[in-house]
Amino acid sequence: MARSWQLKAGFMSEATLAIKKISGHPGPAPGANVERDYQVAKLIDTTTCIGCKACEVACLEWNGYTFTETFFDNSYQTMPATTWNYWNLIKFNEHEREDGTLQLLMRKDQCMHCADPGCLAACPADGAIVQYTNGIVDFQQQNCIGCGYCVSGCPFDIPKFDPTTKKMFKCTLCVDRVSVGLEPACIKSCPTGCLHFGSKEDMSYLAESRAKQLRENFGFEKAGVYDPSGVGGTGVIYVLHDVTNPEAYGGLPKDPHIPWVVRFWKGPAKWIGNLAMLFGVIGVTIHYFRYGPKEIHPRHDNGGKL
Amino acid sequence: MTNGWIDIRNTDMMLIMGGNPAENHPCGFKWAIEAKRNRNAKLISVDPRFTRTSATADLFCQIRAGSDIAFLGGIINYAIQNNRIAHDYLVNYTNAAFIVKEGFKLPEDGLYSGFDPQTQTYDRSTWNYEEGNDSGAVVAGHAAPPPATSLPPGAPKPLPPLPGKVGYDLTLQHPRCVFQLLKQQYSRYTPEVVERITGIPKDQFLKAADMFTSVRKDGDMKKVATVIYAVGWTQHSYGTQIIRTAAILQLVMGNVGRAGGGVNALRGHSNIQGATDMGGVFDIWPGYLKVPNPTDSDLATYLKRITPTASKPGPWDSFNYWSNTPKFVVSQLKSFFGDAATKENDFCFNWMPKVDRNYSWAQIWDNMYRGSVKGLLAFGMNGVCIGPDSQKNIEALKKADFLVVGEIYPDETSEFWRSPGITADEMKNIKTTVYRLACAGFAEKDGSMTNSARWLQWKYAAVPTPGECRLDQDIVAQIFLKVRELYQKEGGKFPDPIVKLTWAYSDAKRPPLAELLKELNGKALADLTDPKTQVTIKKGQQLPGFAWLKDDGTTACGNWIYSGCWTEAGNQTARRETGDPSNLGVYQNWAWSWPANRRVLYNRASCDPSGKPWDPSRKQVWWNEGAQTWAGVDVPDFKPDSDPKDHMGPFIMNPEGVGRIFGPLAAFADGPFPEHYEPIESLVVNALHPNQSNNPVVKKFKTDADKYAGPNDGYNVICTTYRLTEHYHYWTKNNPMNVQLIPEPFIEVPVELAQELGIKGNDKIKVTSIRSYYIAKAFVTKRIKPMMVDGKKVYQIGIPIHQGYRGIQEDAGRDARTILNRLTPTIVDPNAYTPEFKGFLVKVEKV
Amino acid sequence: MELSRRTFLKGAVVGGAGFSLLGFDLTPAQAQLKELKIARATETRSTCPYCAVSCGVLIYTIGDKAKNVTPQVIHVEGDPDHPINRGTLCPKGASLEQDILNERRLLKPQVRRPGATDWQDISWDQAIDEIGHWIKKTRDNTFIEKDSQGRTVNRCESLAWIGGCTDTNEFNYLVVKTMRSMGLTYVENQARV
Repeated sequence: MARSWQLKAGFMSEATLAIKKISGHPGPAPGANVERDYQVAKLIDTTTCIGCKACEVACLEWNGYTFTETFFDNSYQTMPATTWNYWNLIKFNEHEREDGTLQLLMRKDQCMHCADPGCLAACPADGAIVQYTNGIVDFQQQNCIGCGYCVSGCPFDIPKFDPTTKKMFKCTLCVDRVSVGLEPACIKSCPTGCLHFGSKEDMSYLAESRAKQLRENFGFEKAGVYDPSGVGGTGVIYVLHDVTNPEAYGGLPKDPHIPWVVRFWKGPAKWIGNLAMLFGVIGVTIHYFRYGPKEIHPRHDNGGKL
Repeated sequence: MTNGWIDIRNTDMMLIMGGNPAENHPCGFKWAIEAKRNRNAKLISVDPRFTRTSATADLFCQIRAGSDIAFLGGIINYAIQNNRIAHDYLVNYTNAAFIVKEGFKLPEDGLYSGFDPQTQTYDRSTWNYEEGNDSGAVVAGHAAPPPATSLPPGAPKPLPPLPGKVGYDLTLQHPRCVFQLLKQQYSRYTPEVVERITGIPKDQFLKAADMFTSVRKDGDMKKVATVIYAVGWTQHSYGTQIIRTAAILQLVMGNVGRAGGGVNALRGHSNIQGATDMGGVFDIWPGYLKVPNPTDSDLATYLKRITPTASKPGPWDSFNYWSNTPKFVVSQLKSFFGDAATKENDFCFNWMPKVDRNYSWAQIWDNMYRGSVKGLLAFGMNGVCIGPDSQKNIEALKKADFLVVGEIYPDETSEFWRSPGITADEMKNIKTTVYRLACAGFAEKDGSMTNSARWLQWKYAAVPTPGECRLDQDIVAQIFLKVRELYQKEGGKFPDPIVKLTWAYSDAKRPPLAELLKELNGKALADLTDPKTQVTIKKGQQLPGFAWLKDDGTTACGNWIYSGCWTEAGNQTARRETGDPSNLGVYQNWAWSWPANRRVLYNRASCDPSGKPWDPSRKQVWWNEGAQTWAGVDVPDFKPDSDPKDHMGPFIMNPEGVGRIFGPLAAFADGPFPEHYEPIESLVVNALHPNQSNNPVVKKFKTDADKYAGPNDGYNVICTTYRLTEHYHYWTKNNPMNVQLIPEPFIEVPVELAQELGIKGNDKIKVTSIRSYYIAKAFVTKRIKPMMVDGKKVYQIGIPIHQGYRGIQEDAGRDARTILNRLTPTIVDPNAYTPEFKGFLVKVEKV
Repeated sequence: MELSRRTFLKGAVVGGAGFSLLGFDLTPAQAQLKELKIARATETRSTCPYCAVSCGVLIYTIGDKAKNVTPQVIHVEGDPDHPINRGTLCPKGASLEQDILNERRLLKPQVRRPGATDWQDISWDQAIDEIGHWIKKTRDNTFIEKDSQGRTVNRCESLAWIGGCTDTNEFNYLVVKTMRSMGLTYVENQARV
């Protein structure tokens, strides 16, 4: 009923956002780093997560995804891993510490919005993955060719393939909300405030001060902040009770990197791209001197419909 | 809740026990997290399972289901032994100094004085205070005689009243003063005994006791601790006494009435607070007025019986607010019967039904099973699933003449006649007529609901009802008007109250809820003038609050505690001002809180006897010497002009004016102090008194459906029940989103028990009680550990309640379509009549 | 300026290859976003019907409450002004949209006759008429004016009301008022259990 209406409205959008990185694109993004924008970030404090899954539901509700069949699997966890239409998943782990006490570790798993996104680096399709100037990494399904290279670039196993549309999907950090000044749906819903949203700078400060409080007042000597440098830092940072053991939190990698194959592939590609650009510049310059500036005739397009 | 949700952020210490707010009240639990973040507050979680609340706790203790009194009694003992008590608070704000009657006996053998094994009741006449003179000395042989009324044969002897002036000893040394009795009572609850009963190792218990009582270290009164609980405490055959133990602990530690303190019932549903306030249960009328019984031959007799008189040390003062009871009762009768209610006819007092026995939830099903309850109207209440003993409830419904169900989804109760196992042939023998009426969902209705912080919040309708659905209030109004029409046309038994019930709604068949809320607030039926201030209220105007109520028929008020919610200034429950100048989370102008918009009850106790806040950084109310009045960021819960020198007690609803550590006379059916008893079904005998294991006044039900397992019947595992954060009772099994989060029923089983039985995670297992069985997948978990109880290895399992035989997964045939409450026993707490859903016995096997 | 995904790509290619390198074009590349789905929806303040925290919720409906529109729920979110939940919701509150728009909703009155193996439809008038007769008949047959000791009790012990947990205060009051007037002693509620 309502849902079809929403979907239609979704594709009639005129809202846009500036970008700073583009996948599969020769050369840097135009105008990148010209407009001042602050980096947004999510802070996830696993020490106050109660595994309620409000974020899971808020994500589905906002993005218009509905029921998928799930199965009980000896856990409170909704499903084994995120899927193409389930971007936000709390991972549960019954963890016994060395002193014999039990911890129920709960961690919200979703796209980390890396500063240096492996998915974007690996993606060969021009414009299928972009990074906005505020740091959000977003998939543009219209340009996605469904090759799945982004999967190999991601150290967090996030991009997922939808067999029906043959496109890749993942968390958008609710860019439609963020672009109009709202917080992401998961952040808003979080009952305990274990999720927090703001500038990366502010979130880092909050995270560090919370980790300090955990070390000094609550006996978690190894409490710390997870903001891995291997991917240039992330737009999603965690406070962990034990930052030396991120694997215990449902397999958070200790030192995530973009795989070397992707780096290797990206290196030459970039070099070839630069060469192509040089020829492009020469060509355009010659064209300009021979024919003068190009006049753009408006409305020759089909009105923006795809 | 004595306090409120946001107020939890003001605490320094939380004991969360008998409740799991992280899962069942996540958005309220944020304030517990805020206290941890902003005040470094500590959280102790005590539960039979390591829950998602425990996951955020600083200390977790796994307790045997049903042994809570032993744990809390042990902490009281620890606090007294280590002098971590609030001495001035105790002496001045509780009945610790009151002297108890000679002849009162503590339950060393499991029984208080006055027990009659024949009737399984107590003669409570020794559960009283001694009468005293002004200096507190006991006046010997001066006991007031019981009220003289003609007693029918066999009727229980009426109790003597509380003495007007009690004997007391402010040094707390008198051997029969409440404090000494308390000390003696819980001296038996040593850490060793606590370990034997609860299964919590002594060192862990001591850690918890030390942590909780640390707020009173070295006599400091600044810090505050709170106790937070839910139905994990109420659903026992001594549930009221568990809460009493917590209340006593909080009084002894001086934590009641203070920001960040109190005894806080979370309440599981959106408006069961409001339903209780509104007299939605058999034993009260709206506003907690006791229902009349057959001895109340007229209004005066009734009012005399239920209106308390002050009982306190001679030099002290007691507001005794319930002394206003006649005003509340008469105004309510005027609201019900309008002009028909006159002084001459006792305001139609005799039109109201009188009860002299228990008509509570379990009795409905029991008497329907026995054939005396012929018709049931169930609106938004899935009695078959809710149980206890769902199969008994199904059998009961088969015997009823008719059932009317108002619901928004197909539910188990309306389809009891085709519950699993009933064949088409058997259906033909089920003669019950069932009406299923399509009601309105929450988004289709306006009206107010009262949350557990006592806030009345108005909501607005967002969408119209779908299909042919009707608003619930319209349906009830239309049924009532039909009945009234029939009585008007045909006559019948005692038609007066039906025919003359007030019904002045602008649309009789669709009464607007706004008009009902105005009726609840009350209005003047004549011009009224306050003699002190000369303020006048005109006839027909809305009353500003319950202080204006009269017992002469010049005011009407549906529910006195709600008076003030819709005044001449409009609907106070719709207020939305977000300011909080005190930064204590009071939000004085958001919605409206009963009584009189007070946010923290008994807040006078947040000050020392001279009227200064115990903690200047958390100032709630205080005595303003210059203005000779109480002032505050909250509405003072006190007589506004009572000078601290007059020593009026802060607990103004008690005739004593002080908090009751000792619950005198009829306050409780099973003892003035709480005592540990075993659940009706238990694997161990009571370590304190093996010959009196269970609560002595709890009576078993006696139909052939009612069976109770003994320790040697082969049911060797303790079972507890609960809700999950992903689901809400029997409602969200219809919501695809929630079904997706937790798709199937499961049973939480300790790893060790699973190994013993050869069970792996996801295996189908069968849990059997003496009444019935339940089948679901095993959730093998480290979060429940085997325990040692009185030298015996004991296993506990836990089962969420949420599934039944109608729902998305049920209809798809994905589970066994069994109801958890088939397992639970029909046995109730003797004070609140809440069934014992927690801590019954089962056996576990692989299917 | 109208930017579609296609013009975005063109812009990116042209801009990338030429002007930006030469420092002429300072217009950043843009990517298209999904429209904010609640941008023009009507917002109604309500209270979550589940637990007793009573979170404030905002129900978003299409239409601007104009006369010719039947509002349809498109989204439910927490009310950020509400002092207790401050915009947050739990997984039950967050899924309220699907409680409101639920294909399992009962939409009409039904009756199951004695011995029947299925439901049949019934009109509202008929249902209310029959229920009224049931109540009157049962009450008249069993009403107790005086107990065995001759004391006035005026009660009806053969009918019971059980009320739900989400009923409003006003509805509860209406129930108590009507049921007590009919003499019911069995008036109970989720509050007990």
